[in-house]
Amino acid sequence: MTTRQFGAPVQRKEDPRLVTGNGRYLDDLGHTAYEVAFVRSPHAHARITDIDVDGALEVDGVIAVYTHEDLDGPVGDRLPLLIPHPSIVAGRTGHALAKDDVNHVGEAIVMVVARDRYLAEDAAQRIVVSYDFLPPIVGLEKSRDGEGLVHDDAPGNVAAHLLQEVGNVEAAMAKAPRTLTLDLEIERSACMPMEGKGVLAHWDADEQRMRIHSSTQTTTGVRAAVASKLQLPLAQVECIAPDVGGGFGVKIMHPWPEEVLIPWAARRLDHDVKWTEDRREHFTSSAHERGQLQQVTVGFDDDGRLLALDVKFWHDNGAYLPYGVIVPIITATQLLGPYKPQNYRVEFWSMYTNTVLVTPYRGAGRPQGCFAMERTMDAIAAELGIDRTEVRSRNFIQPEEMPYDQGLLFQDGRPLKYDSGDFPASLAKLKALVGWDDFTAYREQAEAEGRKVGLGIGCYVEGTGVGPYEGGHVHVETSGRVNVATGLTTQGQGHQTILAQIVADELGVSIDDVHVTTGDTRRMPYAVGTFASRGAVMSGNAVALAARAVRAKALRIAADALEVSEADLQIEDGTISVKGAPHASIALSTVAVMSNPLRYAFDESAKAATQFAGAFDPDKPPVADDDEPGLEGKDYYSPTQATFANGMHAAIVETDPVTAEITILRYCVIHDCGTVVNPMIVEGQVHGGVAQGVGGALYERMAYDETGQLLNASFMDFLIPYASEVPHIETDHLETPSPLNPLGIKGAGEAGTIPVTAVIASAIEDAEGFPIRSMPISPTELWDLRREHAAAAQSTSASTPTTTTTPTQESA
Amino acid sequence: MKPAPFVHHSPRTLDEAVAVLGDVGHDGKVLAGGQSLIPVLNMRLAQPAHLVDINRVAGLDTVTVTDTSVRVGAIVRHAQLEKHDGAYAVLPLLRQALRNVAHPAIRNRGTTVGSIAHADAAGEMPSIAVLTDAVIEAIGPRGRREIAAREFFEGPLQTLLEADEILEAVRFGRFAPGTRTAFLESARRHGDYALAGLGVAVDVEGDGPDAVVRGARAAYVSVTDIPVVLDLSEAVAGQRVSSASWDGVEELVQAGIAPEADIHASSDYRRALAVELTRRALTTAATTTEPATTTTEGHA
Repeated sequence: MTTRQFGAPVQRKEDPRLVTGNGRYLDDLGHTAYEVAFVRSPHAHARITDIDVDGALEVDGVIAVYTHEDLDGPVGDRLPLLIPHPSIVAGRTGHALAKDDVNHVGEAIVMVVARDRYLAEDAAQRIVVSYDFLPPIVGLEKSRDGEGLVHDDAPGNVAAHLLQEVGNVEAAMAKAPRTLTLDLEIERSACMPMEGKGVLAHWDADEQRMRIHSSTQTTTGVRAAVASKLQLPLAQVECIAPDVGGGFGVKIMHPWPEEVLIPWAARRLDHDVKWTEDRREHFTSSAHERGQLQQVTVGFDDDGRLLALDVKFWHDNGAYLPYGVIVPIITATQLLGPYKPQNYRVEFWSMYTNTVLVTPYRGAGRPQGCFAMERTMDAIAAELGIDRTEVRSRNFIQPEEMPYDQGLLFQDGRPLKYDSGDFPASLAKLKALVGWDDFTAYREQAEAEGRKVGLGIGCYVEGTGVGPYEGGHVHVETSGRVNVATGLTTQGQGHQTILAQIVADELGVSIDDVHVTTGDTRRMPYAVGTFASRGAVMSGNAVALAARAVRAKALRIAADALEVSEADLQIEDGTISVKGAPHASIALSTVAVMSNPLRYAFDESAKAATQFAGAFDPDKPPVADDDEPGLEGKDYYSPTQATFANGMHAAIVETDPVTAEITILRYCVIHDCGTVVNPMIVEGQVHGGVAQGVGGALYERMAYDETGQLLNASFMDFLIPYASEVPHIETDHLETPSPLNPLGIKGAGEAGTIPVTAVIASAIEDAEGFPIRSMPISPTELWDLRREHAAAAQSTSASTPTTTTTPTQESA
Repeated sequence: MKPAPFVHHSPRTLDEAVAVLGDVGHDGKVLAGGQSLIPVLNMRLAQPAHLVDINRVAGLDTVTVTDTSVRVGAIVRHAQLEKHDGAYAVLPLLRQALRNVAHPAIRNRGTTVGSIAHADAAGEMPSIAVLTDAVIEAIGPRGRREIAAREFFEGPLQTLLEADEILEAVRFGRFAPGTRTAFLESARRHGDYALAGLGVAVDVEGDGPDAVVRGARAAYVSVTDIPVVLDLSEAVAGQRVSSASWDGVEELVQAGIAPEADIHASSDYRRALAVELTRRALTTAATTTEPATTTTEGHA
C-alpha cells in the first residue's frame, strides 16, 4: 500500500545536499571564468562629465574595461519596463551602464573584466569619473514637493498615478456618523538573500550558442531578455538557475544590468565571464521595498462598522520603474484584507527618488496595506471603546458570502474576487491560541510587577498563485525513475519535495523515484517564475495535470497488455494491478518500455519493446496516429484568477518601562492556505516569513542621509534579526480548499511576513497607550514617543499632572 | 569587497615578528584574530602593503593567573579567556564582559588583546582594561615597555602603540578582596555593538544582606570616546546591598559620559540608557553570587 504523500510532513529531499555543503550556487561555478567588478556611482544624482579609465588598463590581469560608449545595439538602450500599466505616466528605466547621468548611489558606470575579482577591484579603484552634481531627491516628502526633479521629464516626480473606487465614498463619508483620519508611514527594507545576485555566461562561438547561469527567480524571463538584448535567436540561448541562496523577490526583477552585460561581454571576449554580487553592491544596486506614506480616512457607525474607506498613499519607487507598479497596486487592493469596506476609494502616486529602485520583496506591498487597514481597525476600536477583535468581526466577509468580489482589479489585471476562507473561524482559533480573553488578567499581573505588556492583532488576505501559467513535464524512464520538470525556479523553498509528493500520489509511485528539476530552460522552455506565492499553486497543479496524463497513458497500455478495462486497474508503488486481483499486474517501468517501440535493444529491459519481440497488429503503425512514443506527459495550469489565502496573527510584547527596549513574548499565527501539501514546509515558510516580518517591524530600515548616501549598507548596521531576536512562533492551521484549482492549494510563501508590522504596532500601542503610526520602531524612537506624549499630556492637563513611576527593575 | 594586494608575513617567533614589523614600519599592520582588520581590508578602508600575521608566533597563546593579575597573551581568543576557569575564579568580570563580545563565532577567532589594540569605543575589553587597571605590554625594535591602560587610549581607534610595536600581552589587575563585579550592555540585537554598556566593580564590606557598599567604579562602552573609569563611590557608599538605592548615580554618570547620536540611537537615549544600565549593573554586582575576588591561589 503506498502511503499518501500529499498532506504529510515529508522530509525535504533537498536538505541532505544543501545542509552538508553540497549545494552548487552561482559562485561555485565557472572557476576559469573572467570576473567582473563595477565602478558604481558614489553620488545619488549627478551628470557624468568624464570617465578616465587609463589607470585601470595598466593593471596586470585586466582583460577589458567597458563604459556605455562600448555597448552596441540594444545593449546600450534603456532596460525594459517589464510590466506596462495604464497608470504609468512617466516610466523611466536605467541603462545597463550609466549614460550621461546617474540617479542613485550604486548605479553601475564602468565594467571591469579581469582574470579574477581581486584584480578587477584593483583596476576599478583606479578609474576616475568626474561629475556635475545635481540636487538629490531623497525621501517621499522631498519627492512630493516636486521642487527638484529626479528625471527632468517626469514632472512632480510622479511615475504613476492610479485611482480605483468602488461605490460612492464621498457620499458615504458625508453621511457616516463618525470619521477618523490616520497619517501613517512605513520605511524601507529589503530582501537581503544570503546569496546575492550572480551571473555566469558561456558563449560557444562554434555553435553560436549562449548559456547563462543566473541566481534568478525566472530563467525564462532572463533567457528572453538576453536573447532580445543580444539579438540572438531564442533557441540559441539557454538559462539555468543553479541552487539559489534565497530570493524573496529581488531576483524576480530582470534583466538586471549584469544579466545583460555578462553575456554580452562573454560573447565579445569569447570567454566565460562571471560576476558575483557582493553585499555592498546588493545594498546599493539591487532593490529595496516597503517605503510609503499613507493617509487613511474612514467613516463608520457607532458599532464600528465600516461605511466608507478613503485611502491615499505615496509609494517610493526609487530611481527607476523597471518592474512597473505591481507593488502599489498590491497595496491598494490587498489593503482590504478580510473586510467589507462598503465604499472604497484608493489613490496612489508612485514617486521617483534618487535611491535604489523598488521591486517586490516578500509580501510585495501587502505589509503596507495590512498596516494601513489594521491600524485603522485599532483606531476605530479605540475611538468606540470596543474590543479590537469585535470591531474586526463586525466587518468580516462571512463564509457564506464566498466567492466575494471586492470590485477591484488585482495585480494580474483580473477581478479581486476571494475564492474561499472562513474569517470568523480563523479569528476564533487565534483568540483561543493567544488567550485573548485572558489577557486583561495577565496585564494586571504584569503591571503589579512593574512591567508593561501589550497584545496586538493583525489580519490579512493574500492573493496568491497569479497566472498567467506554469507547466509540468513528467517522464517515466524504463528503470521506473520519474523525472519531473517545471520551469519556475527554486530558492530553497522545498519545490523538489512538494512537487515529488504530488507526482508520487498522482502516479502511484514511491517519492524516492521522483526527481524534480526546476528553472532550467533546457527542460521546460515555457514558464513564468517564482513570485507571488505561486510555486505550489501553479507548478503543483501543472505537474499534477501532467502526471494524470502519464497515468492515463500507463493505464491504457497496461489495460491492453492485461486485457482488462482501464477502470479495473490501480497503480501502487510503481505497479499497475487489477483491483481485487493483485497477481495480475505489470510494473510501471515495463509499461514505460512498452510505450516506446524500439529497433535496438540497448539493454535487457529494452528487448521487450523491439520489433521482433512479440505479437503486434500488422495493420497498425507502431505508434498510433494520435499517440506519441514514451511514457511522458506535459500539461499547463493557467487559472482565471488568483486564489486568496488568509491569516491572522497576534503577539504579546513587553516594553521596558525605562529603556523602552521591546521584547516579543509570544507570537501566534493562524494560517489558511487551503489544502496543505506539506505541513512542515508550510510551517517553515510561516516561520521564515514572521522572522522577516519582525525585521521589518523592529529592526530593518534603509538609513539614507539627505544626500542619498546609504549609511547602513552592511550587515553590521542593517539589522536583520538573528535567531535571538525571533520569537518562538506558535501556529495553528485552518484549511479551506481553493475551489479554483484541482488540488485546492493556496500559496504560503509570503504569508508570514504580511501582518507582522501591523501586529507589533498594535501590541506596542496596547502596551503604551498612545498611537503607533510609523514603523519600524526602535527603542530610541519609542523612548522619544514616550517623552512627547508625556509632555503633551502635561501641557494639556496642568491640573492633573501625569507622572510615570518607573520602578527599578532588577536584572537577572 | 576584496582587499588590495598585500604581503603576508608569518613569523614563528616574537623576535622575528618584531623584526619584520620594524622593517615594514608604517606600511604594515599586525594581524591577530582579524575580526576587525579583515573587514576593513575587504572594504578597502585600509590598504596596508604588509600584514604581519602573529597567529603562528610561539608563546603568545597563554593565560597566566598570578597573585595580582590575569595575564593574557596576544593571540588568546576571546573564547579561550571566557572559558578559562582560573581566570574566572579570580576575576569574574572577564567572563562577565566577554559573554557580551559579539557572537561565539567571532569570539572563537577574535583576540582580547587585539580588541584592546583596536581601541574601538564600542569594544568591551578596552573598558575592562581600564577598570581593572590593566598594564599593556608592548614590544618593538626599541625593546619592551609597559603602559598603564588608563593612559593607553588616546581617542577612538587611537592608542599609544607605535606603528612598529606589537602588543604582546595585557595584564588585567585583580581587584581587592570584597570587590563584586558585573557587566551589562544593551544592543539593538544580541551580540551587536552596544548602544551603551558598562562594567562595574563594587567594593563591599561584609557578607549577606547586611553587607555594605564602600565604593563603586564603572567603565563604559559606546558612550565615551575612550574608556575611562568613573568613580561612583560618593553616590553609593554606605548603602546596604540588599536595599540599596542607586538613584544618586545619575548625576555622576551624566557628567562622566558624552554619547553621540548615530542611526541606531539618539545621544539623549544613550544617556538615559547608560544611567539605567548603571543602576541595574550595580544591583547585579552588589547581589552577585559569582566568585568574590577573595580567592588567593592563582595558577594558569
